[in-house]
Amino acid sequence: MAEILLRTEGLAKNFGAVQACRNLSLDIAQGEIHALIGPNGAGKTTVLNQLSGDLMPDAGRVIFDGNDITRRPPHQRARLGLARSYQITSVFEQLTVKENLLLALQAHRGHSFRFWKKAVDDPYLSKQVKPAIEQMGLRERRHVRAGQLSHGEKRQLEVGMALAGNPKLLLLDEPMAGMGPGGAVELTKLILKIRQGVTILLVEHDMDAVFTLADRISVLVYGELVATGTPREIRGDAAVRQAYLGDEAWDETGDETGG
Amino acid sequence: MLYLKNRKLICLAAGALLLLLLPPLARLAGEPYLVSLFSRILIYALAAISLDLILGFGGMVSLGHAAFFGIGAYVVSILSFHSFEATPLITWPFTLQGHTQALVAWPAAVILSALLAAVIGALSLRTSGMHFIMITLAFAQMLYYFFVSLEAYGGDDGLSLFSRNTLPVLDLGQDTHFYYICLALLFIFLFLAHRLVHSRFGIVIRGTRENEKRMQALGFPTFRYKLACFVIAGAGAGLAGALIANQTEYVSPGLMHWTRSGEILIMVLLGGTGTLIGPVLGAATLLLLEEVLAIYTEHWMVYLGPFLILVVLFAKRGIYGLFAGREQDHG
Repeated sequence: MAEILLRTEGLAKNFGAVQACRNLSLDIAQGEIHALIGPNGAGKTTVLNQLSGDLMPDAGRVIFDGNDITRRPPHQRARLGLARSYQITSVFEQLTVKENLLLALQAHRGHSFRFWKKAVDDPYLSKQVKPAIEQMGLRERRHVRAGQLSHGEKRQLEVGMALAGNPKLLLLDEPMAGMGPGGAVELTKLILKIRQGVTILLVEHDMDAVFTLADRISVLVYGELVATGTPREIRGDAAVRQAYLGDEAWDETGDETGG
Repeated sequence: MLYLKNRKLICLAAGALLLLLLPPLARLAGEPYLVSLFSRILIYALAAISLDLILGFGGMVSLGHAAFFGIGAYVVSILSFHSFEATPLITWPFTLQGHTQALVAWPAAVILSALLAAVIGALSLRTSGMHFIMITLAFAQMLYYFFVSLEAYGGDDGLSLFSRNTLPVLDLGQDTHFYYICLALLFIFLFLAHRLVHSRFGIVIRGTRENEKRMQALGFPTFRYKLACFVIAGAGAGLAGALIANQTEYVSPGLMHWTRSGEILIMVLLGGTGTLIGPVLGAATLLLLEEVLAIYTEHWMVYLGPFLILVVLFAKRGIYGLFAGREQDHG
C-alpha cells in the first residue's frame, strides 16, 4: 500500500453518556479517495471534527504527515496542509466569490497583517485566484456576492476554497448534501478532476457518489469502525449489510450491482 | 454599476466641498457658531468610524468604545494641566513634563489609547457576543469610576484646559483653524480606513465577522486579527478624544460613561454599519437633530427616540443605505 498520510490511533470521544467515537483506528493512504460512510448518527462528522481540530478527542492520537497533531488548533492543522469543507455550506456570504477565494489563498501565504495594499493587487494572490476561479467553473460569477449563488455553486465554491493553497488532505463533509441529481453528478466530476493533486477523505450519504469516487471505504456504526475495504469488499461485507439493513440508500446500491 | 459609482463619487465630492466651504458660508450666514458645532460633528464622526471598524467590519459589538475616547481626552488635558502648573507629570523612573504642543500631545493620546485597547481587547476578545458587550462595558465603567475618584485631576468635576494645544503656523484657538484641522484628520482617517477595509487585513476581518470558525479552519489565527482591529479602533477613538478635549477645552469622566459609548454606537447604527461614510452621516444627523430639536423643546429625546427606532427598523444599512441602496459596498 502507498504511504500513509493520516493515521488515527484509538480515537475516542464521548458526549455525556453517548460514545460518539470508540477506539477508532483509521489509515488514509497518500493519493486515495477514502470514503467514510455509516447510518445516521454513526459519528462521521464527529470523526471529521476531531481530524480538523474543531473537536478535541478524549483519547487517542491523530498523526498527519508524520506530525502528531492531536492537540493542535485548527488553524495550525490547516497550515500543515489539512483542509476541510463543511456539511452546512459556510462560504462567506457577504464577500464576493473572488474575495472568498482570495481569503482562502491568503491563509496559506504569510500573514495578513497588511493594511495598505488592496488584496486583489497582491501579485501572488491575483495570479493564483484566476485558475482557482476557472477550475471551479465560476468565472462568470466572480464578482457576485456568495450569498447570491445557487446552492450547487456554493458547494463548488466551498470545495474551491478548501483546495486553495494546495492542501495535502481534503476533508469533504457531505459535499452532495442538498444537491439535485444533476448537481451531484457535476460535483462528482469536479472531485474526479481535482483528485490528481490531493488525498480526499469523503463523508457522504449519496451512495452513487461514494461508489463512483472511492478507492477505499470505511464503515462506521455507533462510533465504531466495522469494516474498511475496497468498494467491492464493502458491498459484500455481512456486518455492513447488517448495519444498513432497511436503509434505502444502501438497497439502491445493492440493486444496481445485482446484489 | 458604473453609473452608480459615478453618482456616489459626485455625492462624496459634494459633501466634501460643503464641509470645506462651511466656515466661510457660516460667516456669510452670520452664524459663526456653526463652525464649532461642525467641529464637534467631525470629531464624533471620527470616533464613530473607528467604532464601525470593529462593529460593522469586525462584528465586535463594543459598548465601551468611549473608554478610548475619554483616555485620549484626558491624556491631552493632563499633559496641558502639568504644563501650565509647571509641575512634572511623573518623577520616577524618569521625569516627564507636561506639554501643550499638539504634535506631542495628540500622538501621546493615540498611543496610550492604543495600548489601553490592546489590554482591554486581549482580555475581552476571549469572549464574544453578549459577553463581549458586557465585558467592554464593564472595562469602560471601571475607567469612568477611576477618573471620578481621581481628585488630582478634578475627579467628578472634570478638568478645564487653560487653552487649546498649539501647532506651528496654525492657531488652534481660532475656531476656523481648529475646524480645518479636524476636517483634515477626518479625511486622512477615512482614507486610511478605506485602504484598510480592502486590504488583506480587511478581508480577513470581514470574513471573521461572518464565520470565525470557518476562518480558523482556513488557517487564520483570528484572535490576533481581531485584536489588531480593536487596537486600531481604539487609537482612532483616542485621536477623536484628543480633539474633543481641545474643542470643548474641558474634560470630565462623563466622556467615558457608557451612555457616551451608546451615543457613538447609535451614530454608527443610524448612519449604516459596515460602511465608512455611514458613521459620518450618523454623527451629523444625531448631533444636528439634537441641536435643532432642543430649540423647540426641552424634551427632545422624546422625538429623537422614535426616529432612531424607525431608521433602525426600516433602513437596514442606515442613512447611507437609503442613499446607496442595497448594493454591498463599503462606502
